[in-house]
Amino acid sequence: MSVNEESIQSTTHRRTWRDVDLRAVAPFAALALLLIVGALVNPNFISLNNLANVATRSAFIAIIAVGATFVISAGDLDLSVGSMVAFVASLMIIFMNSGVIADPALMLTAAIVFAVAVGGACGLANGLITTVGRIEPFIATLGTMGIYRGLTTWLSQGGAITLREPEIQELYRPAYFGSIFGVPVPIAIILAVTAVAAFILYRTRYGRHVVAVGSNSDVARYSGIAVNRVRTIAFVIQGLCVAVAVLLYVPRLGSTSATTGILWELQAITAVVVGGTALKGGAGRVWGTICGAFILELVGNIMLLSNFISEYLIGAMQGAIIIIAMLVQRSLVRKS
Amino acid sequence: MDPETVDAARVVLEARRISKSFSGVQVLFSVNFELRAGEIHALMGENGAGKSTLVKILSGFEQPSSGEVLLDGERVTFPANGAAEALGIVIIHQEFNLAEHLTVAESLFLGREVTRFGMLDRKYMRAETRRVLDLLGCNVDANALIGSLSIAEKQMVEIAKAISRDARIVFMDEPTAVLSREETSFLFRQVRKLRDRGTSFVFVSHKLDEVIELTDRVTVLRDGQWVKTAPTSMLDGESIAQLMVGREMSSLYPAKNEPDVDEEVVLRVDALSTDYVKDASFEVRRGEILGFSGMIGSGRTELMEAVAGLRHRLSGEVAIRGESVPSGDVHAANRCGLAYMTKDRKAKGLLLNSGMTANLTLQSLGRHARIGYLSPASEAAALERARRRFDIRVRDGNVVARRMSGGNQQKLLLAKVMETEPDIIIIDEPTRGIDVGTKQQIYHFISALARDGSSIIVVSSEMPEVIGLCTRVAVMREGRIVGMLEGDEISEQEIMRYAAGLKKMAAA
Repeated sequence: MSVNEESIQSTTHRRTWRDVDLRAVAPFAALALLLIVGALVNPNFISLNNLANVATRSAFIAIIAVGATFVISAGDLDLSVGSMVAFVASLMIIFMNSGVIADPALMLTAAIVFAVAVGGACGLANGLITTVGRIEPFIATLGTMGIYRGLTTWLSQGGAITLREPEIQELYRPAYFGSIFGVPVPIAIILAVTAVAAFILYRTRYGRHVVAVGSNSDVARYSGIAVNRVRTIAFVIQGLCVAVAVLLYVPRLGSTSATTGILWELQAITAVVVGGTALKGGAGRVWGTICGAFILELVGNIMLLSNFISEYLIGAMQGAIIIIAMLVQRSLVRKS
Repeated sequence: MDPETVDAARVVLEARRISKSFSGVQVLFSVNFELRAGEIHALMGENGAGKSTLVKILSGFEQPSSGEVLLDGERVTFPANGAAEALGIVIIHQEFNLAEHLTVAESLFLGREVTRFGMLDRKYMRAETRRVLDLLGCNVDANALIGSLSIAEKQMVEIAKAISRDARIVFMDEPTAVLSREETSFLFRQVRKLRDRGTSFVFVSHKLDEVIELTDRVTVLRDGQWVKTAPTSMLDGESIAQLMVGREMSSLYPAKNEPDVDEEVVLRVDALSTDYVKDASFEVRRGEILGFSGMIGSGRTELMEAVAGLRHRLSGEVAIRGESVPSGDVHAANRCGLAYMTKDRKAKGLLLNSGMTANLTLQSLGRHARIGYLSPASEAAALERARRRFDIRVRDGNVVARRMSGGNQQKLLLAKVMETEPDIIIIDEPTRGIDVGTKQQIYHFISALARDGSSIIVVSSEMPEVIGLCTRVAVMREGRIVGMLEGDEISEQEIMRYAAGLKKMAAA
């Protein structure tokens, strides 16, 4: 998580416990605490099966939140991700239903490429509206959130869009339900996406630029960084992450509707903030984000397995978590 | 502590054996300090000597690790976060505490708005603001937005704010760093007037001449230790500097090294105009140090930013070694070996929450990347090199830029700019807000760079600096280059004549 900090320390300096950044550790401590609470509530909770299940279900939010980590680290915000999921998924299914390519395997490959391209394009649109149009990202993506959602509703005529080709369905199913060396595919994808994202954010020029732009865009500009390009690319990365999430989402149900992905932007942003990324930009923690997404799903799972809190309160719980996470973050900043 | 305490003047604020550590690193060692009613007390020391920390403790922004603070002879513990203001203690920061979108009057009364029948009494507050500003001899409109003011005017508003709050004790941290000479003397006159009415001032500054001109007593700190407190009249600039550094000061400025007249012209700026800058032309030779002098707001920074590609130009040409550089393209300028070092290291130069490495390599990441992968070893090596070359002294290699002293920040910024290996370097205010020792070091860096064949443009509001370093000096006034001085012509009087508009270039 704190690869970034670790690389900064000079060779002569040895770390003491005081130097450990509490903000980087907090989400993992919270996760550990939740696991203990869960085990006390219901012994079935701690079973490998249940945990793998929870991790699998957290895949969509986790992958989207990885993208959101970039956007937020660069000092922006993307509210359109939930609508974007519905929009990209709808277009992907419509494409597969169109039957323009006869061979199912080829068709599926083309559909995957198509979905990734649409996701990237949606992100690019968000980025350009924000940077070239010079509109606050909050407003810009609030607008596209409505646009993507509206287009989905229109495409589905208010109903559902369902994948019709049984052959493609059969072929595509393992993408969500299968496993690689015993690891469910979605979990493997989460790990792969996060590893790539962590590499980009911590160990490449672009990642360093993202953090610089997010912490002080003037400093970035005076350092010769093309600020708007960095921000736009962050939005494109967000779009690509949404597309990857869609690639997992479509085989799960084989259908989308106008209500697909509603409030996912809230969950993604919550995961990012819970993970220790500062909402005002300048510090990204990719592994923390994954941890945050997992925490959100775990809380829901614990509520389901326990008998004393209604699972209908999950939304309220997630809302409370983001507020608590912000309070904890701030108190940790004061101490350091 | 010192024999002068027998003096009749009443002590209003006293620090006794104050020590302070930040996460295990001690920055103040049992420091004593006393401030009398109606005196202007200078607090001097190199960067990192502990001045800022002491000021923060005395004004309640930090709590001492040990020792005590006495106000009017009684031990006090200030409430956290500057609530000491209620006790009449005000601190005027180097960084302004003003909200850009408020008017001057609103800023002055922020947090203690005057009301009549529950409604804001704007008329009264405006009139009162006017009164205080007039007292300061400042002609800013009470209805002007803070965001529209110049830095100097903002400084005046900050001071007006302190005065309007009936402060008994005022801390001023480098108040003149951004002020022109006239504004400075205005400020000093006002400070003296307030002193005579019993207000006490603690004046933190690196400008020795100002300290000697203005203050009654001087306290010098070195490396977190109290060194001496003495009446200013008993000291001169040389002896204060010696106390601060703890060693004999050799000459502040290195010997000048004039380039040959037939040396290659590396930078040629021809009839450059922006919104503000009009028709500026000049050229720089290899190995030359060209100074840019002028009043604050004369367009020097804007011109340099346009040359460096940080700002679009409306017309005109910039050519580096004969190659024309497109307008508003930082990268093109960088590729041609030109780099600009900003005067605003905190807002535009350094990522304050990042460590030294991230700052150092930000502008030159390409040099540490192999197929996109940034090599930690290569970056660490660059930091080691830079720390040695620019003598960046920090106790902890992990420190974030915010926690570094001004002088070290400035060295880090210079190191960052030099990482791009430029051979034309524009340095805007090379020594703003840093101590004498570091100043001298920076002057020697600049001189050494020029001797090695780099060309340097020094933009500075401190005339001795321009005079001491540069072989040629351009003077700007209201967006135009009005004078170009060489050799013996370079003197304060001559520069002033051009800067104030009394004299103009014959050719122009």
